[in-house]
Amino acid sequence: MKLLLDPTKCDGFGFCAELLGDVVALDEWGFPVLAGGNLPAERLRAARQAAKMCPRRAIQVVP
Amino acid sequence: MTVLQARPGTARLTRRGATAYADHTAAHGPLPLPDRVGPAWQQWLLSAVERSGLTGRGGAGFPSATKMRLAASAAGPVLLVNAMEGEPASSKDHYLLAVAPHLVLDGADLVAAAIGASRVIFCIPNDRRSAAAMVAAALADRRELAAAPCQPELALLEPRFVAGEESALAAAAAGKLGIPSFRPDKGVPLRFGRGAALVHNPETLAHTALIARRGPEWFRQLGADEVPGTCLVTISGAVARPGVAEVETGTPVRAIIDIAGTCDAVQAVLVGGYGGSWLGGNSLDVPYAPTPLRACGAVMGAGVFIALAPRACGWRETERVARFLAAESAGQCGPCVFGLPAIAADLGLIADGRADREVLDRLLARCDQVAGRGACRHPDGAARLVRSALVAFGADLRSHLSGAPCPGSRLLALGTLPNARHEASRS
Repeated sequence: MKLLLDPTKCDGFGFCAELLGDVVALDEWGFPVLAGGNLPAERLRAARQAAKMCPRRAIQVVP
Repeated sequence: MTVLQARPGTARLTRRGATAYADHTAAHGPLPLPDRVGPAWQQWLLSAVERSGLTGRGGAGFPSATKMRLAASAAGPVLLVNAMEGEPASSKDHYLLAVAPHLVLDGADLVAAAIGASRVIFCIPNDRRSAAAMVAAALADRRELAAAPCQPELALLEPRFVAGEESALAAAAAGKLGIPSFRPDKGVPLRFGRGAALVHNPETLAHTALIARRGPEWFRQLGADEVPGTCLVTISGAVARPGVAEVETGTPVRAIIDIAGTCDAVQAVLVGGYGGSWLGGNSLDVPYAPTPLRACGAVMGAGVFIALAPRACGWRETERVARFLAAESAGQCGPCVFGLPAIAADLGLIADGRADREVLDRLLARCDQVAGRGACRHPDGAARLVRSALVAFGADLRSHLSGAPCPGSRLLALGTLPNARHEASRS
C-alpha cells in the first residue's frame, strides 16, 4: 500500500505530515512531500487515519 | 511569420501546400478512406501508424499509435484536434493550418474512422479567429466528402499556456474550466464528459494523412530512428529570418537555427519552448532527438527554437520566462502556485546582481521541490529551464553573484514576451 496525493485538491493543511512525520514532509510552503515506495506495515493505520482526516480529501491509501 | 525553405527533400507537409481541396487531392491523391470502414481497415491504419513510429508533435512526443489504440478501446471516443498552440514562441500549427489545412483534416478523418470516433472537435484559441476561419473554409470545401465519419466541429477556447495540456483541453472542450486534472493512471483513456477522448496535435494528424497514403516505410526514410520523419519547427529570437521550417528529426540544433540565418554568433538557444532548455556552446551540435537531448537535460518539446543574442543576459531572460511561467500556472497545485513565483524572484536577484551563493542554493532546492509535484508538467518545465540556465550561463554566474551583473541584464533581449501580465509584476 502507498499514499497517493492529488495536488489539485491539497491546500496544505498539513495534518498528514502531523500524523505521518516519517513518511510525509512539508515543503517550505507547507505542502506535503511524500516519501516514495510502499508504506511500512506498521504505518498503515496512521496512513488511513491521515487520509480520513484530510479536510480536502486530497490524500488516499492505494494498493 | 515568414515561410522558411528547409533543405530540399525534407519538406513533406509543407511542400505542396494547397488550400483548395481540389488542388490538395491533385497533389496528394484522394483520401485513402473506404466508403465502409470495417475492423480490418481500422487495424490496417493503426498498424501503419504504429510501424511508422510516429510520435506526437504537440510536445510530449508520445507514440501516436499507442494513444489511438487506447482511445479505440473506448466506446465512441471524441477526437480533439489540439490547435491551441499555447507555447508563445510556436507558430507551426497555425502555419500548417494556413498552408495545408486539408492534410490536417484528412488526418482527422482517418483517425476518427480508425478509432470509431463519435465526434471530431477542432480546438482553437478564441483570440485566433483567423485560424478558425481557415479551418471553417477548408471544412466547407470538402463537405461533399461522403466517406468522412463525422462532420468536424469548431470550438473556440480560452487561450492559456496550460490550455493545450490534454486533460485541460478535454475539460474546456466539454464546456468546463480548461485546467489540468489529476490523472495518476495514464493507462486509462482521457475523459470527456461521460466518454473518452483522444487528443492529437494538427501536425501529428497531417503526418498520419501522409503515412496512410505512402506507407510507414516511406515515413521512416527521413529522421532519427527513435522519432522518425520530419517535424515543423518555429525559429525566432536573434535570427535574420524568423519563421517556420520543416526539418528531419535528428538535425543538429545549430543547423536548425542556421536555416533562419543567424544575425550574429548565437550565445544560446532555448529549445523546446518556455518550459524547455537553454543549450549553448558545444551543446548546440546535439541532434534534435530525445536521447541526445536528454543527455543535455533537454526535451524536444513542440519544435520551438529561440536564439539568444551574444550581448543579452541569459539570467535576465531566464527570469523573464520564469515569470511568464509563474503567471501562467493554472493555480491549482501548491508547489506550482508558490514555487514558480519564488523561483522567478530568485532568478531576478541573480540577474540584478543582488544574490549570493545562498540564493543560488535556495533556487536549486526550489527547482527540486517543484519538479514532479503538479497535476501537470508545468512546474517540471520551469525547473528544467533553470537547471539548463545554470549550464548554459554558468560562466556569467560568478560576476552576477559578486554583484557585477553583465551589462546585458538591462536589456530585454527576447523582446516583449507575449503576455505582459507577468512583466508588470516586476519592481
